[in-house]
Amino acid sequence: MREVAVLGVGQTRFGELWNRSFREIGIESGLQALVDAKLASADLGGLFLGNMASGSLIAQEHIAPLILDYAGLAGRHLPAVRVEGGGASGGLALHQGYLAVASGLYDYVVVGGAEKLTDVPDTVGAEIANATADHEWEVVFGATLPALWALVARRHMYLYGTTREDLARVAVHAHEMGSKNPNAHYRNKLTLEQVVGAGPVAEPLGVFDCAPLSDGAAAVVLGPLETARRHTDTPIRIAASQVACDTMALQHRADPTTVGSTVAAARNAFRQARRAPADVRVAEVHDGYTIAALVSLEDLGFVEKGRAGTEFASGRFAVGGSTAVNTSGGLKAQGRPFGAVGVAQVVEVVRQLRGEATGRQVADATLGLTHDLGGTGATSVVHLLERTN
Amino acid sequence: MSIARFWRETPRRYNLGGSKCTTCGTTYFPPRAVCPVCPVHRQSIEKMIPFQLSGEGEVLSFTIVHEAAEGFELQVPYVLALVKTVEGPVLTGQIVDAAPEAVAIGLKVRATFRKLREEGKAGVIHYGYKFTPADDPSFATSARGPPVPAPAENPPRDRARA
Repeated sequence: MREVAVLGVGQTRFGELWNRSFREIGIESGLQALVDAKLASADLGGLFLGNMASGSLIAQEHIAPLILDYAGLAGRHLPAVRVEGGGASGGLALHQGYLAVASGLYDYVVVGGAEKLTDVPDTVGAEIANATADHEWEVVFGATLPALWALVARRHMYLYGTTREDLARVAVHAHEMGSKNPNAHYRNKLTLEQVVGAGPVAEPLGVFDCAPLSDGAAAVVLGPLETARRHTDTPIRIAASQVACDTMALQHRADPTTVGSTVAAARNAFRQARRAPADVRVAEVHDGYTIAALVSLEDLGFVEKGRAGTEFASGRFAVGGSTAVNTSGGLKAQGRPFGAVGVAQVVEVVRQLRGEATGRQVADATLGLTHDLGGTGATSVVHLLERTN
Repeated sequence: MSIARFWRETPRRYNLGGSKCTTCGTTYFPPRAVCPVCPVHRQSIEKMIPFQLSGEGEVLSFTIVHEAAEGFELQVPYVLALVKTVEGPVLTGQIVDAAPEAVAIGLKVRATFRKLREEGKAGVIHYGYKFTPADDPSFATSARGPPVPAPAENPPRDRARA
């Protein structure tokens, strides 16, 4: 296995992009990444595209060659592969790209993530998102994705004394960071009172505890670390790339407040990189629901189980704290175009490690983490990224 | 959802039919073909036997749902819970015949057979389990509510074709 680096990044604005098509946003982010990496298309080995539900959302399957074609690369007959894992599709695609380059079979690949959610009404989009839970044994009985995370939240509050305000602070923080990110879906700030007082979705979660349904795309170019300097002055090494899975349904977890796939992926990632959570300066963590961010911070190893709410309130996860979390605005404010999320997280961390995160830059960031998750955590993906100079 | 897709799960959804590993004794709902906790899990293949849940359990966690799943729009707000059965498996289901504010973690409940949702005016009606507080007097004589007939061997569509 050889070392793999991120050589270029690209991302569209996230939000309700009604005047832009799936293929338009898909190629925009990919071409940005190619230009950023100064990569000649003749050197490209293939495309891995993370996407959750294009068939249901835009009645278009077979999207990887579609994006390859409109990126002007059909004539090169490159392999293009779609990767699906619910909300973790983007991270899964990155893992596939990493394996392809690490194995030596491919030299340079583009890993993209794209989703177009606003071509359907939001009730339909929400129902499609619910399909990342277990349809036969959860959704049929009245469960929704926010309802399942609300079950996690209530149990977490019961066991550890986590408060409604602890949950709300995650959203307040996300919007604070989103206000500094020109690509974010939401750039308005929220107060604690606004989050707590918003209409309920599935108690204790309200409207502002839930990430939006967004359109958007992101892409990175991967290549071997040994030749990375031909393409960039600041290659970002992929120090670890790990995928782990857990039970499909929340009801089958021994402890509903622990996502076993996140615990396993994080443990394996830190072992692969020979690093510890305390070394991480900047992290993009799954916050599709506010409770998900708290549970994930615990399961990733940043804080003990049950302590995330208290630690979050202390400012430890703000810019200036020991680990700055979701400087992009996270899924909550930057937006949630499902298949694009995992790739956009890497784009943000790469910008931080390069020192290019204007307005939200974390000082001395050399090691970063990304964590994305599908459904209630049947799949988790963790990447560790490191500046090499 | 197609008729067959719902119909094929009726023995489990109507009767709380789970499975039990004869190697280690762990019980599952819905039934599993292989035991996830046996140390050599392939040894449990073909050693899983049917196992009937009593339907009694307690609330492990709950939420009051205001934005409904498809087909549940007319039921909002409704209570959805994780129910830990006395036999061990945890089920996801609604708590009914109780005021939302009366539901709490630890509440003793019993499964009851109810209509879950219907797919529009001409669509299929889905039935299955929901839960009621265990002290509900209407269920004093039966743990699982009224008896439910076993489902037919074949779905109506297949019989019609034959």
